[in-house]
Amino acid sequence: MSAVTTPARTSGPAPARSGRRTTFSGGNPLVYAIALVVVAVTLGPVLYGVLGGFRTNAQLAEDPAGLPSPWVWDSYAGVLSAGSPFWGYFLNSTIIAVVTTAVVVVFGIMAAYPLARYRFKGREALFMVFVIGLLFPATVAIIPLFILITQNYHMGNTWWGVALPQAAFALPMTVVILRPFLQALPTELEEAAQLDGASRVGFFWRILLPLSGPGMVTVGVLAFVGSWNAYLLPLLLLQGDMRTLPLGVADFSSEHSADTAGVFAFTTLAMIPALVFFLAMQKRIVNGLQGAVKG
Amino acid sequence: MWRKRAEIALFVTPALALLVAFVVVPVATAVQMSLYRWKGFGPMVDFVGLRNYVSVLTNEVFTDAVVHNLVIVVGSILLQLPLGLAIALLLNRKMWGQGLLRTIIFVPYVLAEVIAGVVWFQLLQPEYGVIDTMLAAVGLHGPEQGFLGTPEYALGTVLVVLTWKYLGLAVILFLAGLQGVPDELYEAAQLDGASWWQVQRRITIPLLGPTMRTWGFLSMIGSLQLFDMVWILTGGGPANATTTMATFLVNEGTKRQNFGIAGAASVVLFVIALVLALAYQKFILSRDSKEGGR
Repeated sequence: MSAVTTPARTSGPAPARSGRRTTFSGGNPLVYAIALVVVAVTLGPVLYGVLGGFRTNAQLAEDPAGLPSPWVWDSYAGVLSAGSPFWGYFLNSTIIAVVTTAVVVVFGIMAAYPLARYRFKGREALFMVFVIGLLFPATVAIIPLFILITQNYHMGNTWWGVALPQAAFALPMTVVILRPFLQALPTELEEAAQLDGASRVGFFWRILLPLSGPGMVTVGVLAFVGSWNAYLLPLLLLQGDMRTLPLGVADFSSEHSADTAGVFAFTTLAMIPALVFFLAMQKRIVNGLQGAVKG
Repeated sequence: MWRKRAEIALFVTPALALLVAFVVVPVATAVQMSLYRWKGFGPMVDFVGLRNYVSVLTNEVFTDAVVHNLVIVVGSILLQLPLGLAIALLLNRKMWGQGLLRTIIFVPYVLAEVIAGVVWFQLLQPEYGVIDTMLAAVGLHGPEQGFLGTPEYALGTVLVVLTWKYLGLAVILFLAGLQGVPDELYEAAQLDGASWWQVQRRITIPLLGPTMRTWGFLSMIGSLQLFDMVWILTGGGPANATTTMATFLVNEGTKRQNFGIAGAASVVLFVIALVLALAYQKFILSRDSKEGGR
């Protein structure tokens, strides 16, 4: 209908543009008011934790909703001091997340390559193995995993014992995301490489790998965030000095329940790596999640 | 030909080996465990058939846990769908600070569930927690044992915290869906004199259907596996008022060494998730393929 009426208005796209500007203008105070409420509710608890770390327990008890006065650095300094377990947890979280990410990305792209670019009998059946893998969350297998890893694989309380199963459960999603990505690369590339005498393995190594950087970064970021935030598997497998940050936060909060300021300081410092990583990788994380939904 | 086979094997074997060792074997062991009475040491010899399933399915703590999971599934969608949609439509306008707003709304989603849980646990403390203090300022009183310590409120409180944590995901996904709506549609509707609200109701929301349905699927699967937040906030208490299937099976497996019961609970959890996933696929997601083209 409008397609018929539009040409009649000879000024063409101009009225549409201005109409758009008035209807979608940012001048509505109500919109800003709602946005402010959303921001306050979203950030309130986080900011309360950050500020709580700058208060003393006496301040917190006297006026729970108040601001720091005076500002006290002791809780933060205590968490960051040399004798604090924070750095050990941080190291464990980092190593486990890096190993998980590396294994997921390397094994994932290797498996996705023949599934995307080789023609062979049983290719779709092989791909289905990974699709079915999506149906099994780690939660379902958590108790046998705990028994197998500690008793049969002898990897209890080690970095590998957490990183490898995390990678295994992240692999199906990785392959499902990477395969269409690799399929989308033009076949002319492969033909040109063959004319130049490159083998299929050579093509993978020299052309496909460099070109699939963005896809690998996306699945890598998702694997890293998943590992960094993981709780259940580390809870069952890691004790003492081997614990990761989420375990450290949870244990600190129950062991020092009287030291509320200390709990806030510890929790805030544990948030920072994830937030910094998120801000740096925001586009990749969001793209990855949206890609997963478009499927 | 053999060379091609060898290459395929070389590329796929590492991933398959990892899947077998850490997914296939554990899942098979869970099924095996569920048929034995086993405390975790020595071989499984005490075969009990389906008795573990009978005792899980007649255990009120477990059946209540299934109900709690279903409440979380439905409650999460009923809370997050309208809120997420409203915020996404709001943020989709051209406005000052839009990029910053999008970043802020996504912050809770990036935090570990454990970290969010520990902060909320402090906020929700009875008497000296900030929520109770704010309620007192407007003349209201929180429950004496705190929102998390009172059986009537505990599950609802967990649901509210989960909404805070996961709303950002809904908003980000809906915003992505909105970007797929061609501008020409808006312009055409405006030329026809449609109001902002009419445009949203007749054009935007229907076109967002596929995104909303996929988000609902992800939300449902997540709610069925819920563990971290409950474990931190309530540990499943008070009086099992917030137990989920996952906290039940971890409790049975690690604290009581009832591996047979834990195995049976795992299998039941998997079957429930599978049945709901297939039903969702058949009755809700299938609309997308019927509508065709997308």
